[in-house]
Amino acid sequence: MADADYIGKEYPSFSVDVEKGRVKMFANAICEENPIYSDEEAAKNAGYKGIPVPPTFPFTITMEAGQSFNILEDMGIDVTTAMHGEQGFTYYDHIYAGDTVTGSQKITDIYEKKGGALQFIEAVIELRNQNDVHVCDLRSVIVVRRQVAEG
Amino acid sequence: MSEINFSELNAGDAIPELVTPNVSRSQLALFAGASGDHNPIHLDDEEAKKGGLPGVIVHGMLSMALLGRVLTNWVPQHQLRGWNARFVSMAFPGDTITCKGVITETTIENDENRVKLDISVENQKGDNILVGTADIAII
Repeated sequence: MADADYIGKEYPSFSVDVEKGRVKMFANAICEENPIYSDEEAAKNAGYKGIPVPPTFPFTITMEAGQSFNILEDMGIDVTTAMHGEQGFTYYDHIYAGDTVTGSQKITDIYEKKGGALQFIEAVIELRNQNDVHVCDLRSVIVVRRQVAEG
Repeated sequence: MSEINFSELNAGDAIPELVTPNVSRSQLALFAGASGDHNPIHLDDEEAKKGGLPGVIVHGMLSMALLGRVLTNWVPQHQLRGWNARFVSMAFPGDTITCKGVITETTIENDENRVKLDISVENQKGDNILVGTADIAII
């Protein structure tokens, strides 16, 4: 399969339970001291239905489900040659601790730069919660360093 | 915190910076556990060197999480509509990471007051680690 044929490919859907302890641990690891990320009362007082996950936590949800790496494996790319080039988030609603989030990843573009020495793989993941509410889109760019044949 | 007056915001205004001094190896270990990114290049110098790096590097997504805090320190998270960042260089343990945001545009979108920002993460030498943009509603 030629690399360009992977454009548009959609991977099997996944489902991840967002654990409260994990969200608290994540907030702690990023030195986030706002109590809305660890204390349900504080979150409710701030107008949230529960403990919201920090803005980049959706990426951890997708990693938990082995996303991005599944593309590399599928395309036969050595992970040590791949780098995270870009990451974007678009929010439609909140993800809360206790939610079950489902999603699926789709390759939206593949292109080369520097005469093929760098390959860029763009993928989008749409996340929905247990009530089928669209909560967040993630857009990732993976950069792959490649050997270019001489001449 | 939400006492920001949209009419007083202008392109060129900077939002308050967030400085994280001396990112430690133990923070990288904590983040590896919390984020699920156990790639040894963030934890083990020998493994990092095998991959052609001078030593362990800070997770790009840790730098991005800190950059997210500069936004949620400024406005409540539910006002964040979207953002993205490009990983332009590596940060290392011991680095001081400074997260910044500068307003580039104030506009109305979907009947909401919106501000667009250029955002960045810099190390202590002023080199960019991450650069990106953010879209925030002022409500």
